[in-house]
Amino acid sequence: MTELAATDPLPKPKRDLAPILLPIALALVVIPLIGSTSSWLTLTAASLAMGMMIFIMASGLTLVFGLMDVLNFGHGAFIAVGAYVATLVLAPFAASMQADSLWMNLAVLAPAALLSMAVSGALGLVVERVLILPVYGQHLKQILMTTGGLIVAEQALYALWGPQIIPLPLPASLRGSFIIGDVAIAKYRVLATLIGLAVFIAIQLVLNRSKLGLLIRAGVENREMVEALGYRIRRLFLGVFMTGSALAGLGGVMWALYREQVHASMSDDLTVLIFIVVIIGGLGSIGGCFIGAILVAMVANYGGFLVPKLALVSNILLMVAILMWRPRGLYAVTSR
Amino acid sequence: MMILSGDPPRSRVLTLILVVIILALAATPFLFPGAKALNVAAKICVFAALVASYDLLLGYTGSVSFAHTMFYGIGSYAIAIALYAMGPNWGAVATGIVIGLPLAALLALAIGLFSLRVAAIFFAMITLAVASAFQVLASQLSWLTGGEDGRSFQLPELLRPGTVLISKNLVGFEINGRTLTYYLVFAVSALMILGLLRVVNSPFGRVLQAIRENRFRAEALGFRTVFHLTYANCLAALVAASAGILNALWLRYAGPDTSLSFSIMLDILLMVVIGGMGTIYGAIIGATIFILAQNYLQSLMGVASKAAAEAGLPLLPGLLHPDRWLLWLGLLFIASVYFFPTGVVGRLRSGGGDKSPSASH
Repeated sequence: MTELAATDPLPKPKRDLAPILLPIALALVVIPLIGSTSSWLTLTAASLAMGMMIFIMASGLTLVFGLMDVLNFGHGAFIAVGAYVATLVLAPFAASMQADSLWMNLAVLAPAALLSMAVSGALGLVVERVLILPVYGQHLKQILMTTGGLIVAEQALYALWGPQIIPLPLPASLRGSFIIGDVAIAKYRVLATLIGLAVFIAIQLVLNRSKLGLLIRAGVENREMVEALGYRIRRLFLGVFMTGSALAGLGGVMWALYREQVHASMSDDLTVLIFIVVIIGGLGSIGGCFIGAILVAMVANYGGFLVPKLALVSNILLMVAILMWRPRGLYAVTSR
Repeated sequence: MMILSGDPPRSRVLTLILVVIILALAATPFLFPGAKALNVAAKICVFAALVASYDLLLGYTGSVSFAHTMFYGIGSYAIAIALYAMGPNWGAVATGIVIGLPLAALLALAIGLFSLRVAAIFFAMITLAVASAFQVLASQLSWLTGGEDGRSFQLPELLRPGTVLISKNLVGFEINGRTLTYYLVFAVSALMILGLLRVVNSPFGRVLQAIRENRFRAEALGFRTVFHLTYANCLAALVAASAGILNALWLRYAGPDTSLSFSIMLDILLMVVIGGMGTIYGAIIGATIFILAQNYLQSLMGVASKAAAEAGLPLLPGLLHPDRWLLWLGLLFIASVYFFPTGVVGRLRSGGGDKSPSASH
């Protein structure tokens, strides 16, 4: 330890840049492999959009784990609920969805997304109170309870909406692509990337620039200490849980529009993807989650283009590789 | 006592229920004629063994694995592919076993060494990821696995339904290859459950429980916890693969829906928790309750759903629809984790049954 004079500024924590360079390096390495610049650009744009959507869904999960050591295996349920709730708004207003005016489309899409977020956030409140509070601090029971919650939620969705796949066409103004030279970039992907970036920046600002964020970060570091300072970390946690659930709902809407269909089983596949992202990023780290989501999406897109056969297990291979390099994920936040 | 490895059910009611279940299973071919009853009974046998092996992991070591169906599927597919490719002979059965079991054990070893070093939660996530990748792999490699259709195959001559071993007019009922297969399934499942009972009551099993209660302390006492956990993981995988083999032999088919899907994993979780974690006996009870419910509760719900629809009640017909039976079992699952985490077996042992001196847990 070096001695510090009282007037010296506190030493800045070292910035760990290697994980940030990883997706950039990956994107550069595949250029010669893909060969054509235009398809590389299209693939990269697709990866970014997909990564942003996964990030939105996964961010809540990783924060909740970091803050309270709670891993919600039923996180996927919020995604599906969000998507289904969106159909409640989008189906009656199908006409204005198909009108070729961006503002009219957004006037329907935005309330739908907000309603989805509200419903999944409220559901998050119920889940936290009913399923997680009673088994607080017991990992095994948490996993079992939240898995039970996932089963019930999925079945309830089937009971309410029926088992068929609900088509959810993209609004007219978001279909098609921007064409720049010989590069085609789907309009919806641009929107998804923008929303994802906005969410990431918002989360980063709240976490790093506000008192609330300070408390959350402090809680991730050392829960007891924050409690000892007189803050009700339980309430803080409830807030984070609801926000995470609402974000999962938003992600669900975006994913459903991306795939143009809604089905209760979408939560199963996405849960796996989200878990991989959260593990890669390091449990509890928002930055790691962001990079992890982009990496997973890149590997899926590039891999699917270059070696389609490998795409099936590419996520697992990526996870193994990252964990070989850093056993606790890209950014290890917690000592747990 | 010897055969139960000194770990009797320790409750009169529980003993009675177990005896009834086992006698009913043993006598199913004679008591309940018809293909459905025999199918249900065989499924109970297979799942009792499968769930018991999962109990070794969940109940005794406290680690949640989501890859158990993967091992079950490896067993199923190994025997199915071998019998499909080599024709219905015993050599193919042996090949399936010789390839399937070591493959399952090796994979379990790899997963264990990779992820059991860290917290239970990490293990749960990684097994979930690996299992889903395996599932996709199995449905994509259709030249080998038959893809979504799976593989149907013929059994060796002796085990076919057409093979009459003792004809009907000799003892009053026919004993054919199908009956023989059923008893093969029954006997091997029973042996595996007794074997697991032996494992959990051995010194090794005690160490597993010590790790479950306090891993750090177990390590401080000088046990190599990673070794023990990995070993338990491999054992559970072997039993699961064997159960998969039995299941494939019984169904004469292996496919993604019957042996690999995530819903089977959830079924196993439900069975082990409802039956009672960390008891092995709970596996038999849980599997019986669950599979009986799966096969007979649905028709009951269908009647209730119709009645509700005729009475003009809103929402209820949808909630009571036969396909939604898992909704109610899910609620039961949450309630049982919350209110009686020791399941049916723990409930029976703690109250109602006789208070014979029980080993402290």
